Amino acid sequence: MSAILEEILAQALKELATVSDLNELDKVRVHYLGKKGLFTLQLKELGNLDPEQRRSVGQIINQAKEQLQQQLEACKEQLESAALTARLASESIDVTLPGRGQSVAGLHPVTTTLRRISKIFASVGFKVVEGPEIEDDYHNFEALNIPAHHPARAMHDTFYFDAHTVLRTHTSPVQIRTMESEQPPLKVIAPGRVYRCDSDITHTPMFHQVEGFLVDTDVSFADLKGVIYEFLRAFFEKDIQVRFRPSYFPFTEPSAEVDIECVMCSGKGCRVCSQTGWLEVMGCGMIHPAVFKSVNIDSEKYSGFAFGMGVERLAMLRYGINDLRLFFENDLKFLEQFN
Amino acid sequence: MQISLAWLRSYVDPAIDTEELVEQLTMAGLEVDSVVPAAAQFNGVVIGEVIAMEQHPDADRLRVCQVNVGTEESLQIVCGASNVRIGLKIPAALCGAVLPGDFKIKKSKLRGIESFGMLCSEKELGLATDAHGLMELATDAPIGVDIRDYLSLNDVIIEVDLTPNRADCLCAEGLAREIAVLNKLEWTTTAFTTIPVTHQNTLTVSIADTTACPRYLGRLITGINASAITPLWMQERLRRSGIRSLGPLVDVTNYVLLELGQPLHVFDADKLTGNISVRWAKENESLSLLNNQVISLNNGSLVIADDSKALALAGIMGGSETAVSDQTQSVFLECAFFAPLAIAGKARDFGLHTDSSHRFERGVDASLQNRAIERATQLIVEIAGGSVGPISEVTTEQTLPSRQPILLRKQRIQKILGISLADDQVIDIFKRLGMCIQIQADGWLISPPGFRFDIAIEADLIEEIARIYGYNNLPSSSLLMRSELSTATEATLDLDRVKDLMVDRGYQEAITYSFVDEEIQETIAPEMEVIRLKNPISSELAVMRTTLWCGLLKAALHNTNRQQNRVRLFETGLRFIKTNDTTHQQKMLSGLALGDVYSEQWGEQSRKVDFFDIKADVEAIFSLTGCAVKFIASPQTALHLGQSAKIVTHEGETIGYLGMLHPILEKKLGFDCPVFLFELDQDLILNKRIPVFKSLSKYPSVRRDLALIVKEDVAANDIIDCIKISAEATLQDAKVFDIYRGKGVEEGNKSVALCLIFQNTTHTQTDTEIDAIISKLLTLLSEKLNAKLRD
Repeated sequence: MSAILEEILAQALKELATVSDLNELDKVRVHYLGKKGLFTLQLKELGNLDPEQRRSVGQIINQAKEQLQQQLEACKEQLESAALTARLASESIDVTLPGRGQSVAGLHPVTTTLRRISKIFASVGFKVVEGPEIEDDYHNFEALNIPAHHPARAMHDTFYFDAHTVLRTHTSPVQIRTMESEQPPLKVIAPGRVYRCDSDITHTPMFHQVEGFLVDTDVSFADLKGVIYEFLRAFFEKDIQVRFRPSYFPFTEPSAEVDIECVMCSGKGCRVCSQTGWLEVMGCGMIHPAVFKSVNIDSEKYSGFAFGMGVERLAMLRYGINDLRLFFENDLKFLEQFN
Repeated sequence: MQISLAWLRSYVDPAIDTEELVEQLTMAGLEVDSVVPAAAQFNGVVIGEVIAMEQHPDADRLRVCQVNVGTEESLQIVCGASNVRIGLKIPAALCGAVLPGDFKIKKSKLRGIESFGMLCSEKELGLATDAHGLMELATDAPIGVDIRDYLSLNDVIIEVDLTPNRADCLCAEGLAREIAVLNKLEWTTTAFTTIPVTHQNTLTVSIADTTACPRYLGRLITGINASAITPLWMQERLRRSGIRSLGPLVDVTNYVLLELGQPLHVFDADKLTGNISVRWAKENESLSLLNNQVISLNNGSLVIADDSKALALAGIMGGSETAVSDQTQSVFLECAFFAPLAIAGKARDFGLHTDSSHRFERGVDASLQNRAIERATQLIVEIAGGSVGPISEVTTEQTLPSRQPILLRKQRIQKILGISLADDQVIDIFKRLGMCIQIQADGWLISPPGFRFDIAIEADLIEEIARIYGYNNLPSSSLLMRSELSTATEATLDLDRVKDLMVDRGYQEAITYSFVDEEIQETIAPEMEVIRLKNPISSELAVMRTTLWCGLLKAALHNTNRQQNRVRLFETGLRFIKTNDTTHQQKMLSGLALGDVYSEQWGEQSRKVDFFDIKADVEAIFSLTGCAVKFIASPQTALHLGQSAKIVTHEGETIGYLGMLHPILEKKLGFDCPVFLFELDQDLILNKRIPVFKSLSKYPSVRRDLALIVKEDVAANDIIDCIKISAEATLQDAKVFDIYRGKGVEEGNKSVALCLIFQNTTHTQTDTEIDAIISKLLTLLSEKLNAKLRD
């Protein structure tokens, strides 16, 4: 290599070493390798040499040029990477800060409970039906085998509008309304608001029930027991102890109260279950022949069962809520716990 | 019904402990609500007799007594009770005794005199809440015997929560009978000797309505000592059933009621005028009841009367004027059977509920009256003496409840219970229940006993089988019922989807009462006719809501009063409106938002929620169904006049309203920031458009922006509608993207920037084509809305 060439290369590498950004780097590149760069000029001068020399000198120039080129590339890469690192560092954020925009709220625990109940029954083909809340005496009482002055009426503290119009005291009238308009087989659940003229620490004047009934040609108490067992186990998501106790409802015969093993103490006895180990969760029974008669369904051909449960009660047991009145205060601090 | 378990065990005593017996009753449908000890815990109290008594030398009110407690030497006990006297038998707490409340009795000195124990009152033994002096025991009480044994205080009181059909168990004998059935044991009713008749005086009894009163028995008992003391055993049994002792005559009627389930009544015979009749009251006839309530009767009230006036409300309560007292010398003892329908609801009409009405409403054994009157006679004479007259009885056999045999078919047992039982199992159950059985070809004819009012049809018999066999012994089967494929209705959106949308957009679901404060209702919707409850629980819950806003606003206030400055709530449910005397129960969806649009955060400038925030939430609902709706500026009484929109369907039906709570209401209700509300008719928002496919155009779309100058009162919707009316086929979309007022736009006008998208399915539209369309549109806009293109 000629002395000049060596000097140029040495100078170029020296300059390269001091380059601190891509801009400077480009200046160095243009100065040595650009159209009018020092190496380019060297190559241009090759034309003045004889062909033999031209070849070997050319080779030497190219080698030097390549050497510089490589250095330039390496330097560029290094600078680019440093620039990227700097950019990333400058753009870094506190990822622990919360996200922007609307927050998601939640459903009322009664709705959540109703949805779970409906989902369980819908999975075996029960249809969800609704009915009016201002109800006539006939559908709320008479057709359900509760004539005027029946002692069972005393069990329902009824809100009246006039002698014949009431706020429904249970969801059972939906049973009548459905059977009036549809023929068996029927598999129905009827969730909704019900009203009793009673208000204290364990009663609110409005609460929710789910009525369910099934009518077909051969439905027995055994089917009722099976459905209730399976429902309660599905609802509480565990193999819970269930017992059936004889009881009385004018619209079912035989009638039963259903108790579950106390979910708070697993049946050992606590304040919630009044030390009995059992909790009453629903009433049920085989639909009374008088009810079938009032809707013109032949009770010789068809039989059926019906059940009714309090939704707040189930929600309280499921979520450990200890005060019924909280359900209707709509305090966000309460509601948001179920989001 | 609460009763002493020892009393029940005196009839039938199965070899099981209390816990098991109680469980047995509960599982047979006679739910035992509570089991409490018959007496508080105490010990060391024996029966003593005061054998000598001296005045305390240093205290006027104290006596120094010598008390025989069955030991060799009598005890010296200082006592301050006024009724202490020589010969009195009393409970004596010995040194070392522990009385209720952990009160320990020790040897002590009272004003210098030593006392070795304490003489006790009922209150000190926890047997009564108050007492006047010492508890006086019968003269034959055995000295030295532990008072707990003497009064059988090691007993428990069970409270049985009886269903209305089991009136037969509203007495000791009824419960004993049931215990015997469940344990397969024999039992016998209380044995007693009938008191012979010793005088012939009677009162004539006449019955005006033999359907209401099929049987009436009465007799005169004279020469009674009404101030006699009711024996302790009876007082104790009454006490354990929650009944206070009120003198021997009333105590006996109450006792027989508890023992046999038959209500009785005693009239002071000397206060009666002439004979007895059972009749319907006259309109406005007045009667003063035993509880001193004076009621005005009506012709639906059955009364017992003498020749001058009504004496008692039949089967419910006696009158004060003919009530017995400790001066009473003669009584007319009544024992009747009143038909349930004649009594049902009558007590309630007068705000009454008595042990008697409770039983007659549910049904009393119609064959019981003779035994009951003899039993009561025997007890009265035994306690208070007296001479007994013959029974006057008026019975109308035809109107007594008839007990028809009921056919029970074997195959129905299987069908209803899902179990087949051997014949002798079935027969055994009915025999134990006291029913008569006749064997038939495919089943049995069964006659229930008189006390089982509830057994009337085959299903009742099947229930008895299930009950005695044990509900928990019956099989349980898996759901094996025919099932059908359900439909998947696409034209109706599931409400749950809308609720989820509200939740996702930050609205918390609320559930508020359907009845509201009339004042709030009137404030929010003064134009609506309200439906009023006849018997509201309070004035705050008195009328049915005509809008869900009543409850949501109240719930919002509850929260703003508790340091919540951002509230977003929604509710679904019925509203109740009355038009032309018809009640409509309309399913609604309502929402409320106040405070910051987003919960406080670092990354966004905080901003209060406004009309367009909740409009976006409402619009989101409609985008779920794809149904076109219109928002029309329209006043609503509860809303801000300038920020209120009516939402209507394409067909013009009103879906609901959206807007800002009227500033006056905002202040009146106690809010300190604007509140935004919406309410929509569920049925109209859930109608879903089923999509119909349109082919896609291969040609590019063209966008043109227009800035129009219009008067302030021209709504954005008017412009869009006007453009849509043009029915330009290639117009795909028209949107407002800016509103400008200020420099360059004359006062009273605004500039509305529109973006129009065109696309043709057959070719790429040329500028000339688009220009022609725009020019046509501008002419139309100018004609209809006086809109000008902004320079």
